[in-house]
Amino acid sequence: MGEGDDMTEHPAIWFQASACSGCVVSVLNGVAPNIRDLIVDHRVPGHHVSLRFQPTVMAAAGDAALEILAATEEVKEGYVLVVEGAVPTGAGGLFGYAAKRGAQTTMHARALELAENALAIVALGTCSSYGGMHAAEPNPAGCVSIGEALSGAGIEKPVINVPGCPPHPDWFTGTVAHALLFGLPGPDAVDTAGRPKRFYGRLVHDLCQRRGDFEAHKFAEAAGEPGCLYELGCKGPWTHADCPEREFNGGVNWCVKAGSPCQGCVEPFFPDVSCPIYAKIGLLELPRIVRDEESGELVAVRRP
Amino acid sequence: MSGRETISVDPITRIEGHLKVEVVADNGEVKEARCSGQLFRGFELMLLNRDPRDASLLSQRVCGVCPVAHAMASALCLDACFGIDGRVPDNGRVMRNLVLGANFLQSHILHFYHLAALDFVDVTAGADYEGADDRLGSLRDFIKRGELAPFMPRYEGDYRLSKEANQQAASHYVQALEARRAAHEMLSVFGGKMPHQVGIVVGGCTETPTADKIAAFLSRLEMLRRFIEGIYIPDVLTVAEAYGDYFEIGGGVKRWLSYGGLELETEETNLVARERFFPSGRVGADLKPAALDVGRIAEHVRHSWYADESSGRHPSKGETVPAPGKESGYSWIKAPRYEGEPYEVGPLARLLVAYARGDRGARGEVEGVLSRLDAKPEALFSVLGRHAARALEAKRVAEAMVGWAMELRPGEPVCEWREPPEAGRGMGVTEAPRGSVGHWAEIEGGKLVRYQLVVPTTWNASPQDDEGKPGPMEQALVGTRIRDAENPFEVVRIVRSFDPCLACSVHMLTPKGQELARCRVL
Repeated sequence: MGEGDDMTEHPAIWFQASACSGCVVSVLNGVAPNIRDLIVDHRVPGHHVSLRFQPTVMAAAGDAALEILAATEEVKEGYVLVVEGAVPTGAGGLFGYAAKRGAQTTMHARALELAENALAIVALGTCSSYGGMHAAEPNPAGCVSIGEALSGAGIEKPVINVPGCPPHPDWFTGTVAHALLFGLPGPDAVDTAGRPKRFYGRLVHDLCQRRGDFEAHKFAEAAGEPGCLYELGCKGPWTHADCPEREFNGGVNWCVKAGSPCQGCVEPFFPDVSCPIYAKIGLLELPRIVRDEESGELVAVRRP
Repeated sequence: MSGRETISVDPITRIEGHLKVEVVADNGEVKEARCSGQLFRGFELMLLNRDPRDASLLSQRVCGVCPVAHAMASALCLDACFGIDGRVPDNGRVMRNLVLGANFLQSHILHFYHLAALDFVDVTAGADYEGADDRLGSLRDFIKRGELAPFMPRYEGDYRLSKEANQQAASHYVQALEARRAAHEMLSVFGGKMPHQVGIVVGGCTETPTADKIAAFLSRLEMLRRFIEGIYIPDVLTVAEAYGDYFEIGGGVKRWLSYGGLELETEETNLVARERFFPSGRVGADLKPAALDVGRIAEHVRHSWYADESSGRHPSKGETVPAPGKESGYSWIKAPRYEGEPYEVGPLARLLVAYARGDRGARGEVEGVLSRLDAKPEALFSVLGRHAARALEAKRVAEAMVGWAMELRPGEPVCEWREPPEAGRGMGVTEAPRGSVGHWAEIEGGKLVRYQLVVPTTWNASPQDDEGKPGPMEQALVGTRIRDAENPFEVVRIVRSFDPCLACSVHMLTPKGQELARCRVL
């Protein structure tokens, strides 16, 4: 595709809160589309994502970085906000500092300010979607998801959750592509946990290459053994994601294929809901995942 | 610039995590520097009371750039806790090395091209490109459209490469995106997925080697070896030739240490005495080797936001009380010291320790580069020295991995899998792409009751210690001349040469009260 006169630029601000950068690194691993498609080219003709602020890759630092951030966030509903990481709310927000033009503030305050003017928010990764690893018991920094931070402040914005620790790059780029081609996924296209059904609509267990072993009662009892990983604590039976058919890193491998049980990393309350990771889930424990009465969807609930 | 002024760079971008750097310059010369970690997370506390086997999967989530080194440190630590540290099968040992080695390649390529290069390379030189390189064609069209984020804005006024060299480096920037992705694909052959691999566990690995997997690994490794030798190292030298003054600045503490890493055997259970690809040790500017005793490490917190009474402890006895907003503090990072002195860790430290210990591979690489640059070893104690050491290390690790992959034996054991013991304690020290990383754990009643990490950037980006000695990155900044306070290239080039990884370094916490409460429950 060459340059076009009818190019619509879609400004984006990528805010990192309490994060490990695993989500952005995973997005860099995308194959089709890949990161070059995403920030340099325009694989969806006529539309280009202008990544105005992304701390891991952007050229600018310090004041120069804060200037373009300020100029972008001034435009009401003029940008999409991608949030990577959970929002630390403990100690009045002092567990996480954030810079803004002319001042230093907290990540918590900054996340709310940036959300206020955003057109929509993509919560990238399990920390941003549900608190994730950063909110694991005893949650020392008081981390919450961006959605929870917003409702705590009474801010109403569309939030699309793209969980995973980290998420598969396709889950992110596919959600972006949907937004560019058809607009934000509507209520019918997301589940009760706020995730696009396209990627999170089926159970890992139902798609797994080792499902046949489960049906045949062939179970691995130690790491490295063939067979279904149910006895080794696999959380595939209650985890909603298409990892087995999509596979990670360009389709090379994924957890269960590599002999390691599914950790349920796309679910609300990961990792606490999944620990001990090697403990077999029993039928009595399955109520940790319950059906939402209103929508009829399965949702993960915290253990009592 | 003239007079005394404070230059603050916040955020430092193109690193991992949240870092603020402030320097006080007098007539352009840096007199004082402060590195400030901006985020506190408390990972150690989150690991307490869990099944010890969960630690290698969860603790790596401190960092999405170098999770494998944490999984490795954690697995080594748990091997010791479980009493099986001498019994990891060879297949498990080798796959662990391949997964960690692949992460080194990914991390070093990412660091040079995507984190550091935009300080030296002017990507706008591709604006009127007319050749057949589709990567540059893509960049040219991008520039013509006029929306230049995330490549603009940037600091201006010191891009020194020729137009052709800039274009070539810009093309390699895009190519390196593909190379680093291939390194992660290679990693996931034996690691399952990346980031946050799943293959490395206590006792060994979960994958099973087969001929096709070995070939899939070697195929990508060969592509990466060609990239490292034919593109990455020449690009570092191109930058070095144009920015030769950066061999003279950014030296810092001139004390280096390495725990050693990448296991060549598993029978020796004392990790710093074990035969490893990276030898352990310490070295100073005289390049004379000194032994490393991990017991002599203590962490200071006088200038960190933790309560003063917890200062000066060995990490295995660390007890930290967060004190947000403490007056004398300016960072969430603690200050680890070896016998009271700050030490730099990372690829340069590993290279110099290996060189000092007479490692033939390291000596050959160092002498080759120094003769090409017609320089003495002191030139390596610098911004460009760190970049060169990183590139040479990528080459050496890639070469070694070919041999390691050939050691895999399909059908033989991969893991000494065990249920957790009732009690145990252990230490796992190894090397991450950014430097020395250590995990310490204690098990009681089959659960983790203590978990501590000391990570590379805690060493490098540490604030002043209890004696007021600045950390390695701070010392590297002091004495530097800043030519233009509006565009402080020198500051970001020095800081980025350390490849800081803030996610790792700001996790350390064991709030006293909560830990005691938990201990009583146990």
